[in-house]
Amino acid sequence: MREPKPRRRRSFVAIAGVAAAILLAAPETAAAHLVHSGLGPFYDGAAHLVATPEELVTALALALLAGLLGAPVARRALLAVPATWLAGGIAGAFLPSLGTPWLAAVTFLALGGLVALDAKLTATTFTTVAVVVATLHGALGGTGMPATAAGLLATLGTASVVFVVVALASARVVSLRAAWARIVVRVAGSWIAATGLLMLGWTLSGAA
Amino acid sequence: MNRRPRPPARRKLGHTRRVVSFLAFFGAALSWAAPLLAHERHGTVAGLLAGLYHPVSGLDHVLAMIAVGLWGAQLGAPALWLLPVTFPVVMAFGGALGLAGLGIPGVEIGIALSAVLLGAMVLGEVRPPPWVSAGLVGALAIFHGHAHGTELPQGESALLYSLGFVMATGALHGAGIALGLVHRRPVGKSALRAVGAAVAMAGLFFLWNALR
Repeated sequence: MREPKPRRRRSFVAIAGVAAAILLAAPETAAAHLVHSGLGPFYDGAAHLVATPEELVTALALALLAGLLGAPVARRALLAVPATWLAGGIAGAFLPSLGTPWLAAVTFLALGGLVALDAKLTATTFTTVAVVVATLHGALGGTGMPATAAGLLATLGTASVVFVVVALASARVVSLRAAWARIVVRVAGSWIAATGLLMLGWTLSGAA
Repeated sequence: MNRRPRPPARRKLGHTRRVVSFLAFFGAALSWAAPLLAHERHGTVAGLLAGLYHPVSGLDHVLAMIAVGLWGAQLGAPALWLLPVTFPVVMAFGGALGLAGLGIPGVEIGIALSAVLLGAMVLGEVRPPPWVSAGLVGALAIFHGHAHGTELPQGESALLYSLGFVMATGALHGAGIALGLVHRRPVGKSALRAVGAAVAMAGLFFLWNALR
């Protein structure tokens, strides 16, 4: 009978510790939003997603839902979400600024609700939902980008991070087998839905 | 030669590791998002911190939320996860009602009553059907949401405040569930009921204060 090697366990803890330290240190030095990173438009676009909770949580919620629906749907999400996010972003660069503060609230409520309920969507329904959400959020982020080559690169950076988020989170959820572990994901979904509900209240009251 | 099956303990460790790393990823992503001052919106860090702090700023709220976790742990599945899912969502609904300007009478009494009732449920080890327990927790959550879900400090991000508020509430439920797991031990059963009694007593004190 093979026991897990202590060295592997130590390296796991070490990697987690280093990752946590980097994440904790990063906010102090990062300067988000477009041209402020100093690393060029691609990384500015990448930082834009990480620095925008409306978009980051939306990408995470899509990934959680895809992961709960299983590997075939997650594989679809891996292609559909970043691609349509990119397309929406490119289209958004040519659009006037969209005043849609309710979009994040409705998205959180809908996607969080679907995750919390562990809704058994068909692959086609999920893809439709994902395409609509990714296009809208991509376009919303794209309105802040210039309609130039630099803006396109920034949008590509954003879509790349969407790909990474969807790949990591959905793969993690797909790999969960224990019932309680899937419930943890559903609880995370309920938190996203609750946040959306509060956000909807703030938006309707004009405070957000 | 036949390969020996993987021992269950090892498999369990693997799941735990996966979930812990997933939660670490999820939490890190969310916490990283806050302090970057995206879109030049100031106050985002403060918004998240204010949201995280808000649910723990009042003992009446803290006790009620921990009691939800205690009761869930005592009842076991499906209430174990049904109650902590119900509470934040209905609490947010209560907050949205408050934001929409719909007043609820006796909010402070309702909050104090939630500690009394939930503490009494734990004390009596009451085991209603899941929909009844979820209904009771949901009804009480409205008061908590209405009282505290509407207090966005000036100039802070509503989204991050809401996210922090919901996460802190969930963490309190989690703390209650973790404490409530002592229920699985014979001595723990009595200890858990004693904690329920303490919550109910504290709730009575808050109720007396609210009615004065």
